[in-house]
Amino acid sequence: MSVSMSTLPRAIETKGLTKTFGGLRAADALSIYFPSGVATGLIGPNGSGKTTLMNLLTGTLEPTEGSITISGKTFEVIEPDMLRDLKIARTFQDGRLVNQLSVEDNLLLAIASVGTRAGLGEIGIAGYGARVDAMLKKIHLEAHRGANAEDLSYGQRKLLELGRAIIQDADIYLLDEPFTGLFPAVVEQVAELLGELKRAGKTLVIIEHNIGLIRRLADNVIVLDHGQKLAAGVPEDVLKNKRVQEAYLGV
Amino acid sequence: MEYLLNLGILFSIYGVLALSLNMVVGMAGLLSLAQAAFYGIGAYATAIGMTELGLNFFVSLGLGAVINIVAAGIVGRILSRWKSDYYAVVSMGFSIIVFSVLLNWKELTRGPLGIFGIPKPSIFGYSIDTNLGFLMLCLFILGIVFGIYRWIDRSSFGRAAKAIREDEQLAQVMGYPTRRIKSILFGLSAVVAGVAGGLFASYIAFIDPTTFQVKEGIFLFTIIIIGGLASSRGAVLGALILLSLPEVLRFIGLPFSIAAQMQQIIYGSALVLMMVFKPKGFLGKYRM
Repeated sequence: MSVSMSTLPRAIETKGLTKTFGGLRAADALSIYFPSGVATGLIGPNGSGKTTLMNLLTGTLEPTEGSITISGKTFEVIEPDMLRDLKIARTFQDGRLVNQLSVEDNLLLAIASVGTRAGLGEIGIAGYGARVDAMLKKIHLEAHRGANAEDLSYGQRKLLELGRAIIQDADIYLLDEPFTGLFPAVVEQVAELLGELKRAGKTLVIIEHNIGLIRRLADNVIVLDHGQKLAAGVPEDVLKNKRVQEAYLGV
Repeated sequence: MEYLLNLGILFSIYGVLALSLNMVVGMAGLLSLAQAAFYGIGAYATAIGMTELGLNFFVSLGLGAVINIVAAGIVGRILSRWKSDYYAVVSMGFSIIVFSVLLNWKELTRGPLGIFGIPKPSIFGYSIDTNLGFLMLCLFILGIVFGIYRWIDRSSFGRAAKAIREDEQLAQVMGYPTRRIKSILFGLSAVVAGVAGGLFASYIAFIDPTTFQVKEGIFLFTIIIIGGLASSRGAVLGALILLSLPEVLRFIGLPFSIAAQMQQIIYGSALVLMMVFKPKGFLGKYRM
């Protein structure tokens, strides 16, 4: 299985990717790849550099050194407003929504035209009604479409953020702790949505601490520790690895 | 009657100014203190265009718009890397510079002496020299600006601006060129404020630099905070409230010397109370 991973096309590949904060190397010469059409679990202890890596991949942090190749194009710096064209969608650990906009507007934000002229030509829900309706149904927020995002519960916020990513119909999904803090029934809903993305052949990168969920959803695992790659491969092999168990599982 | 017409004209002009400020502060969360500068540039362009150059009122408005687009293009691009505190300080700096230019470039602006004898507009040879006619013109322009505001507000472009005011980086992650959006709104807002300046100059017939100081920009801020941030109706309501207030004070018989002081105290208190108890203002759709 791990042999077949390396033969798959690479949705994202980094070479020597480094980010230093003062003396701290949050990403330390990372050369890793995420195979196309595969769900990869990104795991590691707190402070191991998982979110930093995601920020580097989405341009919300600028790398100190190294390069990033996305769908065959290599970049030294990625600007966040390039992500839509690169067909990358992401979610954030803290569930970032536009709080004083409605649920509907939060979804529309992800799919409405970004150009000035095109944007001024779209009034209200424009031609996006069907897509928004379908997504609201999928994330169980039909009854809340007019509510401000700030009035949602924590679980609803996480679902809306995931819905906002899914409605983009991206190729690559970078998901930062999509399950954290959720009620078990909502965990199932999220797992179901991620399963759908997998079946649609999307590339997934999932930061997650729950090893059970990683085993269930991921076909590939990358373990980070102190900004470095500790191990990579299929979950069964990686999770048996002595160094991983010492660093991460504490057993 | 003339009294009400006068009030109506000033209300319309301030309505236009408040809408222009809400395009940046309310829609995109850009704390601009530059509004008085664009208002002043518009007023002086109209004054100089009509008196010195003998241009038609509407051509003079166009001249002001062109100057404002150039000025806002340069300043807006610099400002576009910020949003809140830095934005406020740098835009205030710009406003101070423009005031100094109006005050000191005497060959062009006559400095503190001001410009007088600014004529009334005329359309197709018909001069709008009655207050009723002028009020109609002001209301017409207020209506157009109101319409433009509503259009942007309901568009995808406006939604992106509203995302910027809360979380600019998130708007970028969603694919929006946020600096460009901020610059465009700043430029549009400058042009609209300039039109208000042109109306003001032609109506009052005399302008001097003191009208266009930073404190005028702060007064406009007060209007939209009380009326309602990010709301077209709120901007107009705010203008109505704050322009009626001095009249109300006069009406209840306060001597002018006291009323003038009271006015500032009431504005200030209203602002504080609003922030504490009703941070969205009366009709606002956004709280800072």
